[in-house]
Parts: sequence; structure tokens; C-alpha cells
Amino acid sequence: MLMFPSDSLITSFVYSMSALPPFKPVTSYWFRLSQNGQNELLCFPSPASPPPAAMIHSLFLINASGDIFLEKHWKSVVSRSVCDYFFEAQERASEPENVPPVIPTPHHYLISVLRHRIYFVAVIQSEVPPLFVIEFLHRVVDTFQDYFGVCTEAAIKDNVVVVYELLEEMLDNGFPLATESNILKELIKPPTILRTMVNTITGSTNVGEQLPTGQLSVVPWRRTGVKYTNNEAYFDVVEEIDAIIDKSGSTITAEIQGVIDACVKLTGMPDLTLSFMNPRLLDDVSFHPCVRFKRWEAERILSFIPPDGNFRLLSYHVSSQNLVAIPVYVKHNITFREGSSQGRFDLTLGPKQTMGKAVEAVLVSSQLPRGVLNANLNASQGTYTFDPVTKMLTWDVGKINPQKLPSLKGSMNLQAGASKPDENPTINIQLKIQQMAISGLKVNRLDMYGEKYKPFKGIKYMTKAGKFQVRT
Amino acid sequence: MDVGFCLRSEAAGAMRTALMSAENLQLTLKAEPSQEERALTHTKRGPEETHKAGNEDLKEMLESNKESLKLEAMKRVVGLIAKGKNASELFPAVVKNVASKNIELKKLVYVYLVRYAEEQQDLALLSISTFQRALKEPNQFIRASALRVLSSIRVPIIVPIMMLAIKEAAADMSPYVRKTSAHAIQKLYSLDPDQKEQLIEVIEKLLKDKSTLVAGSVVVAFEEVCPDRIDLIHKNYRKLCNLLVDVEEWGQVVIISMLTRYARTQFTSPWKEGASFEENNEKAFYASDSEEKSERTEAEAYVMDPDHRLLLRNTKPLLQSRNTAVVMSVAQLYWHLAPRHEVNLVTKSLVRLLRSHREVQYIVLQNIATMSIQRKGMFEPYMKSFYVRSTDATHIKTLKLEILTNLANEANISTILREFQTYVKSQDKAFAAATIQAIGRCATNISEVTDTCLNGLVLLLSNRDETVVAESVVVIKKLLQTQPTQHSEIIKHMAKLFDNITVSMARASILWLMGEYCDRVPKIAPDVLRKMAKSFTAEEDIVKLQTVNLAAKLYLTNSKQTKLLTQYILNLGKYDQSYDIRDRTRFIRQLIVPNEKSGALNKYARRILLAPKPAPVLESAFKDRDRYQLGTLSHSLNSKASGYQELSDWPAVAPDQSVRNVEVVEPVRARSSQRFSLSGPASSSESEEQSSEESDKTSSDSGKSSSGSEETSSGSDSQQKKKKKTKKAPQKKSKTAAASRCYLFLRGKMVADVYSRASFQVTAPSFGPVKTYELLHHMTGKGLSAKYHFPRQPCLHQPGMVAVQVTLSNGSDRSLEEIHVGDRSPASLNIHCFNTIERLEPEASVTVSMGIDFSDSTQAANFQLCTKEDGFSVSIQPAVGELLMPSSLSEQDFSREQGKLLGMNETSATVAMATANASSQAVKQRVLSVANVGEVPSGAPSISRRDVPPGPLVMKTLSSVLTTGSCRPSPRAPFIRDDGKRSRAET
Repeated sequence: MLMFPSDSLITSFVYSMSALPPFKPVTSYWFRLSQNGQNELLCFPSPASPPPAAMIHSLFLINASGDIFLEKHWKSVVSRSVCDYFFEAQERASEPENVPPVIPTPHHYLISVLRHRIYFVAVIQSEVPPLFVIEFLHRVVDTFQDYFGVCTEAAIKDNVVVVYELLEEMLDNGFPLATESNILKELIKPPTILRTMVNTITGSTNVGEQLPTGQLSVVPWRRTGVKYTNNEAYFDVVEEIDAIIDKSGSTITAEIQGVIDACVKLTGMPDLTLSFMNPRLLDDVSFHPCVRFKRWEAERILSFIPPDGNFRLLSYHVSSQNLVAIPVYVKHNITFREGSSQGRFDLTLGPKQTMGKAVEAVLVSSQLPRGVLNANLNASQGTYTFDPVTKMLTWDVGKINPQKLPSLKGSMNLQAGASKPDENPTINIQLKIQQMAISGLKVNRLDMYGEKYKPFKGIKYMTKAGKFQVRT
Repeated sequence: MDVGFCLRSEAAGAMRTALMSAENLQLTLKAEPSQEERALTHTKRGPEETHKAGNEDLKEMLESNKESLKLEAMKRVVGLIAKGKNASELFPAVVKNVASKNIELKKLVYVYLVRYAEEQQDLALLSISTFQRALKEPNQFIRASALRVLSSIRVPIIVPIMMLAIKEAAADMSPYVRKTSAHAIQKLYSLDPDQKEQLIEVIEKLLKDKSTLVAGSVVVAFEEVCPDRIDLIHKNYRKLCNLLVDVEEWGQVVIISMLTRYARTQFTSPWKEGASFEENNEKAFYASDSEEKSERTEAEAYVMDPDHRLLLRNTKPLLQSRNTAVVMSVAQLYWHLAPRHEVNLVTKSLVRLLRSHREVQYIVLQNIATMSIQRKGMFEPYMKSFYVRSTDATHIKTLKLEILTNLANEANISTILREFQTYVKSQDKAFAAATIQAIGRCATNISEVTDTCLNGLVLLLSNRDETVVAESVVVIKKLLQTQPTQHSEIIKHMAKLFDNITVSMARASILWLMGEYCDRVPKIAPDVLRKMAKSFTAEEDIVKLQTVNLAAKLYLTNSKQTKLLTQYILNLGKYDQSYDIRDRTRFIRQLIVPNEKSGALNKYARRILLAPKPAPVLESAFKDRDRYQLGTLSHSLNSKASGYQELSDWPAVAPDQSVRNVEVVEPVRARSSQRFSLSGPASSSESEEQSSEESDKTSSDSGKSSSGSEETSSGSDSQQKKKKKTKKAPQKKSKTAAASRCYLFLRGKMVADVYSRASFQVTAPSFGPVKTYELLHHMTGKGLSAKYHFPRQPCLHQPGMVAVQVTLSNGSDRSLEEIHVGDRSPASLNIHCFNTIERLEPEASVTVSMGIDFSDSTQAANFQLCTKEDGFSVSIQPAVGELLMPSSLSEQDFSREQGKLLGMNETSATVAMATANASSQAVKQRVLSVANVGEVPSGAPSISRRDVPPGPLVMKTLSSVLTTGSCRPSPRAPFIRDDGKRSRAET
């Protein structure tokens, strides 16, 4: 602020003021002190007359307790006091998820995503499609997860140098440069325990010695010179059922969201084709950039040169217009009597349309009304917990045995004198069914061209409950 | 929930401190013994001291001779930067390492330099020469990274150096460096806007670039530096449209939004006059979004500019992108540019995005909310996707509610209301209140359900939750205003509830209702006023104001009963603490109580206070959002963000269309056969379409048309648009030619690389046995039979066509007349027909030659063979080998061309042969029988690879000259080589 490169200070200053959104009277900022004691004035953008429109100016990582634990700037430094506006919004929001993703401030716009209980706050200075920023931030999180296994504050702090190197490669002047995991891995090797040890001893580095030829290739998503002794390609067809079941057990809405995740470890440049028995099921699809769209349009065959390693080949949607099989039913009887401080809780689960497959890893959770003090329940199978603070009831059922249906019965204690809650809680169910895709989607065959070895191929099906809710 | 969250965060905090101490420990362990001591001591000092000492310590490490120490120090410095700590005093020590050999060290120094150069301008200049040197490096990546860092150093003095570097880089051979220069343009522009004119020149030049790598970045620069220079886009418009699919995803977003703006200035509106929202039509189209149908209706009044259509067609596949930003930008493009009935195409994809992360949902729902106000039909079939789940975040719930309300109509209102009933009971009270608002809106919009809604809301008045009751009162008040006649019962009911309601807004609403409709509840209203007089002092301001209002209205209508009460209340108000209430009281007193001073207004008091008031209109909060372009930040905030560019209205008359025409230059023949080129924009998309349609034995790729090769820069400026499409992995150039060759010949298959228009000499075909195929059997052809073969001669009619000789014979006992070629499918199929045969006698036969443009695909050409009476559908399916044309090429040329193969196009066929006759001659014979290829003279078995013992090596090369259209010849030269050794081994 003190060093103005141009002499047209006054005019340009006025300009940058007029370009502000009509949000709050400007005068209020002169006095505004940030949490860090720095004057807000410090964060004035350098008064260049056109608004410098770099997409993403800065990134701040904020943990759940409101500490900024990492910052990165791609252009001039933006004072971290800009985050105060974010903290204000955070205070207003009752839950961490309720912080609005886009927050306007006098000079900047804050676009944030919340993942793994970390807020990734991007600072924007001018018009940019918000989804552009959001998508990029999610890509950053995915990359961290890919590199460090988990994306937690501790992991980021431990690998702060790698994080910085990654962010440096992913954005140039605020515009995404290399976001493809295969290219990044060529540039910066992911840290492993072994490599960290070796690096400490030998003093070698994480930064790839090779130059990222992938960036120039016609298949930018695949790194070159891949070699494996065991050539394998695994595909997981994972479907999630999103459903709302009403009180009487009838389906209000149900749809299937599926993905095909692949783990491909093949030498060289394999060219794969994957065909389905019933491709017409797929109502709406989105592809990894490697999939040849025209071929899909014409023949409904997935033809692609895969990236190396793990990637999401395809996600699809089987619409609500189709009939969706609901794998479990819930018999429930949850009542609160007027004037009594007791409530009844009775829940039984049973398999419904599972095509003979076992329903596993069932987890029932429910947010009980605020007035509930405690729950004395008896689970016929598995264990249940009730958190008296959050009022969250969780019942880890495990596998459903069709002969002996799991049930959870007992009573709830209500706050004395409190009136009867007017809504019964919603029950959320998680479950897993192995070896079945509930939509009936089947992979017909997988062929490889372009390489002469015989790869090991594997396909796995799984059905899960996505946002599966039962209203009671 | 809140407390739990805090607990968790506390736990996280504790864990972090533990980890931090672990980190410190690690650092200490890693350092050299001497450092270890220091590190241990510095933890004992005070925080301020520690910081300083830590930096001293780092300085020493940076100045040491050991690479590993320096690296360790730099890592710690980066750690400091990341935490937002000041490390600027280390600048001199750090900048010395800018020329380090260690890549990681160098990168970290760059990070530091970019962060602090602005503060330490003089010292930063020391590093400049290093970058200037690096800009001349032969390695493109080093050049690019030098330019990247150089342009990121925000030091005004080096502006001229940057300008020079950008200009040079913009003409670099490597597209990667050119991409970097496009990024640097924006950086320089924000550093020194005076360079605008010069930068525009560079942008203009880069816009002509045909590399997909550059396209996205240069458009970003364009948008930033000179978004109003639409004239720069004209010539590049078609190229950008065609390249779009192959550009990286982030570039796609920027290009699409730029093209949206462009299209709105250049094309006329596709929206029919007067018939803006034909919901019925839309529904009909919804089921089958067939293009033909839409085209037919369009044709009646309005003809779409082919360039406009091109944009719509080329963006459509991007709806399938995994990148939500790309999908959204295509959706907004369709919304702003497509004919009304085509907008529905985007619905599915937008609904799909709702499964994505919460933040994505938020933005997408906002946009859907805006869309659904204007076009209910678009999202109505997906209504259930907007049902609220208890686990959604509050802002998501509210948006879904908004959309459901927008979608409500007579047909679905009962379903929606049933759903709303569940929401009203939600534990999230803010959401329940929003639902009540939504019910109110449904009730006003759809008159059939007004009564039902009103009854439902009255039931809610007995709800236990205050916010719900209050919100219901407010909404009921609004609803009653719309039709006050028959609802005195409800007003009475509310008066009864009045004592129990504590929310001030609701109390105020009831008071207002009492006053407004006091003639309907003549007994109750004065009683309510009496109660209020008692509690006046304890009420909220808003309630006090309404009490004064009620008193005034009652005074005018029923002064006998209420005169004293009113005076009492006015007296209370006179001495109230609030200015507003004192003011209002004074005003009302003058207005209603006649005295000598009160002026003429007194007479009109009744008309002023009891004037009929218009009912409030319950509108969507998204009503006006459509003034902003969808998908923008401004739309999301509902206020203009800085740098927002208005979308202009359609022009009444389209500007000159010819500005987008690009001159086509005749291909330069043979002059320099080694000159190859960049990807041709127009032909690239076309050939992709074709190649992907190839039949099952062909594996093809819509390969990204590449532009990697460096020898192409000269060609890029000239108008010669050539392209390369290649098969197989990009080879490492360092590998020997032979090694890369073995890549090509997998399993004795022939691998044809469809190659760009090389100006090779087409040679006479090396003759292989001609195979004849049946076109029409005489049984199906009512006597007319036809056979065809490929004579392997260049087609005389048009260079792009494949010559086909058809032998027609008459097997019937009467003569056939007027044999000619009839309808063809696809209609665009380019066939050079033979002249109509007037008469073909029984048993006679005649051979005619045709030319068919297969557009380089093995897709069958279907057409009708007609006689005077009948027409027979026939089809010619070419074998891939027949699409090729041999060309002569020396072996050196062959290997050179082969080295340039980059792309992913492959066509293969297996040649089976017996081991016995695997002489080179026999192999050649076999290959020639399947493909129209030429032989490259080769005598040197020495080129064969080391891993295969020397043996007869048969090399064949073929290049075909095929065109895809008369105006845009893009011959390809596929290369085929076959390795005799290998094929023998396999058979």
C-alpha cells in the first residue's frame, strides 16, 4: 500500500472503490481492525486501474477451531485479515456445513469448500464462475488425499513443502495449470515412508527429475514409460441408492447413482474397451476425459487409454423414472406420549429386494428430537450408541440375517415438562451389498489393444445406500 | 451438535499440538549435530528471540556449502511462508541459490522469490539474469518455467524484459512455452497496464495458434486484457469451436463463456417472436430431443447461422464432462444461445450435478432456481430430485424449496403440498418457516389450492413452535389480503391466539389484520385494543406501532367505544423511548383527533388510513436474477461483481457473417515433403467423427489432435493447415528409431497411422489381386445384378474419392431401362455417379466406374440403384486397405515421418499366413492383397532391432491421399510397416 507503482494514485484509487460491490459503506473499513490486529487497510489491492482478474488470488486453509494454518498467494499477498469476513459468516451459521460457499467482502470474494473438517477458502477479486473455483478446490483436496492418504490438518502440516510444491504446479497466476494426478505425480513424487527415509539419508528429493512429458502428449492424463511386472486392471462398479421412504413404507423418490472406479496398472500404452450387457440403463453419464465420447455415442462402448493408477472412469445416473429396487425395509414405531416423559422406540430391519445377496455393514443413524434426554434400548444384534449432546442415535447392525431380523427396542427419556416433539426423527440407513449392482448393470467384456501381454482383469460390483432416508 | 463439534475441535487442537511438537523433534533430528544443539537451545528462548534466532540459523544453513543443508533450510523457510510468517530478511541468502543445480531447491527458491520479490525489488533484480539465460535453454520445460517465474516477479523495472520475453515465447516452437507466454501476458498486464497495446498484438498472434494447449490460456488473457476486442475472435471463431472438445477442462470453461458473449453479439435471436414460452411444445420435444425435428420447425421462420449451430453442436458433448464447471458453462451457453426447445438438453446434466459436493449443489441449485422461474417444463420431470433430505445443509434446503415452489402447478400441487407438510414439521425451524412462506406462495399462485393452504396454515397456528406459528400468521395475513371477504372466522381465530403468541412480527401482523378488517370483527377488535393498552409499554417497537395504527383505525370506525382507549395509547406513545413511536403518535394524533390547529388532512383521515390496500405479491427471490448471466459470480451473489461483463442483447440484424471466413489456401504440393504441420482445426473434428465410427476390427481414437512436434512452428503461421493424427504412444525421441518401430508392429498386425496431408507423390498401385464383391444379387434385384471392385486407381472425378468399378449385368429376360443411382444415405454422402444407362439388354453386362467419398471411414456408403420401375438399396463397405493410396517415399523419409507419429489413430487388420511361404515376397503379396500400399525401398537389415535377429525385413509404406471435402483437402498419409519376422512367428 505504501509503494504505489503508478503516480495516478488518486484516480485509480477512486476507480477501485467504485468497482466495489455496494455492500457496506466504505468508511467503516478505515477503522476496522482484524483479529490479528492488522489494519484492514493493509489489504487494499494494489491500485492498478483495471481490476486484475486472476482467477484465484490466494488460498487459506482454516481448521474447525478457526485457525488459519496455511496460506498461499499466487499474486500479490492478500492479508489474512480478509478471513475475518469468513469467520463472521461461520459464527452466523449454526452448523459448519451452513457457511455459505460464496461470501462477498468489500474488495474480495471468498469462495470456500468444507472437506474433512477443513475449510479451503479461495480469495477471488473479480468475476469468475463460482463453480470453476469450487471444482478446483475439490480437485486440490482430492490431490492431497491422493498424495497423503488422508487430507487432515496434521497431514497437510507434516507435508507442507509438498503441499506448497503441488499448489505451485496446480495454479499459475491463479489459473489451473496441471490438475491431472498423473502429471503431478511425475512432477512431484508422493511422499511414502520409505521415500522419506531414503531422502533423509541420501538427501535426494521429492521433485521428479524427469520433465513432465505427459503435459505435451496427446494423452495428457497418462504418464509415459509405465512398467509393471504384474499387469492388472480392476474395475469397481459401485452403485448408491438415494431414496426417501415415507412413514408407510412406500417410496417417495429413489434413484441410483453409480460410478465405475478403476485401478489400472498396465505397462505401456494400453487401449481398453469396456462394453456393457445393458448400456441403455445408463440414463446420464459423465466421463473421465480419457473416454472417447463419439464411440460411446455410436456404439455404447467405453473405449479409452486409461490413466495410470486409480481414477474414476465413469459416473452415471439411473433416473427416478425407472423402478428402483429397495434392498431393505424398516418397521418402526416411535411414539412420544403427551404429558409423559417417556417415549417408545421400536425398530426392525429386514431385507426386501436383494436378489438373494446378503445385506452387510448396516448402520442406522437418527437424529432424535432435542427433548430426548436418554435412550434405554435393547439391540438384538450389534451395538448402539446415543450421544446425549448431539442427540444422535447410531446403531451398528452389521449383517442382516433374514431368519432373525435385527431389532432395536426400548424407551426414551424426555426432558420433564417439555412438550411432545412434533416430528418423529428421520432414520438414515447405510448398507452394503456385495457382488450386485442394484440397477442390474453388467459389464460384458473388457478388451485390451495396443499391448501384447495378457493383463489380469477383475470386475467387482457393489451396492451401497447413499442418502437413504426413512421418514417416521 | 454444537457442543460436540467443539469437543471434536478441541481434540483436534490437542492432537495438533502433539503433532507439532513431534514435528519439531523431527526437525531437530534431521539437522546436523551442530544444528541440533542450536535447535535445542532456541526452543528455550522467548518467542520473539526464537524467531530471530531461527532465522539466523536458517541464514547460516543457506550459506553453507552443503546442498542438503540448504534444502532443509529452504523447506523450513517455505514452512514459514505457509504459516504466514515473515521471512523476508532471508532474501539475500535465498536469492543466491537461484541458480542451484538441485531441482527441488531451485523450485523452493522460486516459491520464495515470487512471494517476496515485490518487497525486495532491488535484490530481486539479481536473479533476473539467471532467468534470461534459462529462456534460451534448448529444453522447452526449462524455458517455460523460467518465463513463468520471471513473469511472476512483480517488479516494475523489469517490464521491458518481460515484454521481450513474452514476445519471444509467443513465437516459440513449443506449444507449452507459448501457453506459458499466454499466462505471462495477464501477469504483465496487471503489473503495467500501459503495455496493453503491445500485449494485444501478442494475444492476436496467439489466438491464431492451433494448439489445444494454447487455446484456453490465450482466451483467458484475452478476457482479461481486451475483452471488448471482439474483432480478434472472428477469424478464430470456427477454430475455437472445433478445438473446444480437446482443450483442457479449465480452458473449456473460459472459452465457452467468451464464446457465449461473442455469439450474443454476432447472431440473431433464435427465440421466436411472441412465442417465448411454449410450454406445450417443450413437453412434446422433451421426450425426443431429436435434432431433425427441431430443425424442421426452425426452418419455417428463422434460419440459424451455421456458425451458431456449430457452437451449439460442439459444446453439447461437454455436458458429459466430469468437471462440474464445464457442465455448468455449457448449460448457461444453451440457456443464453439455444433455441428454446433445445435448452432442455441440459436438464439431465444439471440434475446429475446435484449429486456432487455440497458447494456444487448450492451453485447449481441457484441456477436451476433462476431457470425454473422462466421454464417450469424444463425441470418438472425431475421434481423429485429436489425433495429435501433431513441431512441437507440449510441453504441447500431453502434453495430446493424455492425450486419446488417454482415448479408447482395445478397438476403437481397436491404432491408438493404433501411434501411440504413433512417439511413444516422439520426440526430445523428456519427451514420450517421457509416452508410456510413457500406454501403461501403456492397458495397465491395457484388459486385452486388457496383455501386448502389457508386451512393448513390455520392448523399450524396451534403448533407448539413459536417460529412456525409466527410465520404462519405473517403468511396468513398476506393471503387474507388477497381475498379478505370470507375469512372473518380466521381473523377471529387469530385474535383468540393472540395472547399466546409472543413473536413480535406475528403479534404486529395480527394487530394490523384487526385494524384493517375491524368492520368484520366489530366486537373483538376493541377488546384486543384494550388488552394492548394494558401491555403497551412492554411490547416491541413494531407491535407498538401497530397498536397505534389499530387504535387510530378503531377511533375512526368505532369512536364511541374506543375514544378513551385511543387517547390513553396515544399518551403512552407520546412519552415512549423510541423516536419512531413518538413521531408516529404525534402524526396520528394530528390526523385523527380534530382540533382547531389540525389542517385539512383531518377530513381525509378515514380515506388515508382505511384506503383499500393492494395485496402483496409473493414472489420468488430469484425473480430478477436472470439479469445476470447464469453461472457467474454475480448471479450467485445477486449483485454485480467487479469485472462482470454484461451479456448483450441479440442484435436485430446479424453483423456480416463473412468475417469469420478463413481463406482456404490450396495445398502446396510436393515442394517440401518434409514439411509437416500443426493440427488442422477444421479437419480435426471431422476426422474424429469419422474415425470413431470405424468398424469393429478398427480401434480408433478421437485422439487429441496433437501439436507437440517442434518442427511445426513454421507451418503454423502459414495458412497450410495440416494435421497429424497418429497411433500409439508418443515415443521418446531419445529412443532409437528402430526401437520405436517395434512399437508399431504389434502381433503382426498392420498398423496404419493416419497421417496428415503430407505432400507425397502418389504412385501407381503395387498391384495386388483384385477381389470382387457382390453389390446386388440378381434375385433381389429382379434380374439386375451388380458386382463391384476397387480398381486401386486414383479417382478421376475428385481426388478425395475412392474409385469403385461396378459391373452391372442383366440376368432377366427383358431389357432394363434407365439404370441410375438414386437416393443415398447419409444424404451428405458424396458420390460421383455413373451416367444413367439407358438400356441394358438381357444377358448383357456393362462396367461403370463411380467415385465415392468415404470420408476416410469404413462406414458403408448406402445408396439406391434404380431402374425405371424399381429401386434397390445397396451398400458398399470398403475394407480399410482400400481407402489408402500408395505413395513413394525413401526409407529415410519413411523413418522420419514415422518418428513424427504422435496421435492415437489406429487401424488394424490381421494377416494370416503360413510359415512355409514366409518369404519377403510372399509377405508382400499378402499385404498387398488387403491394402493398397506401396513399398519403401529397403535394403538394410541393419536397421532391424537388436532384440530380433537380423532377418528379412519387409517394409511397406503407404500413404493415401483422401480428402474430406472439396474445399478442404486434408489428405493423410498412413504408414504401414510390417515385420516379416514377427508375422511369421505368430502364424
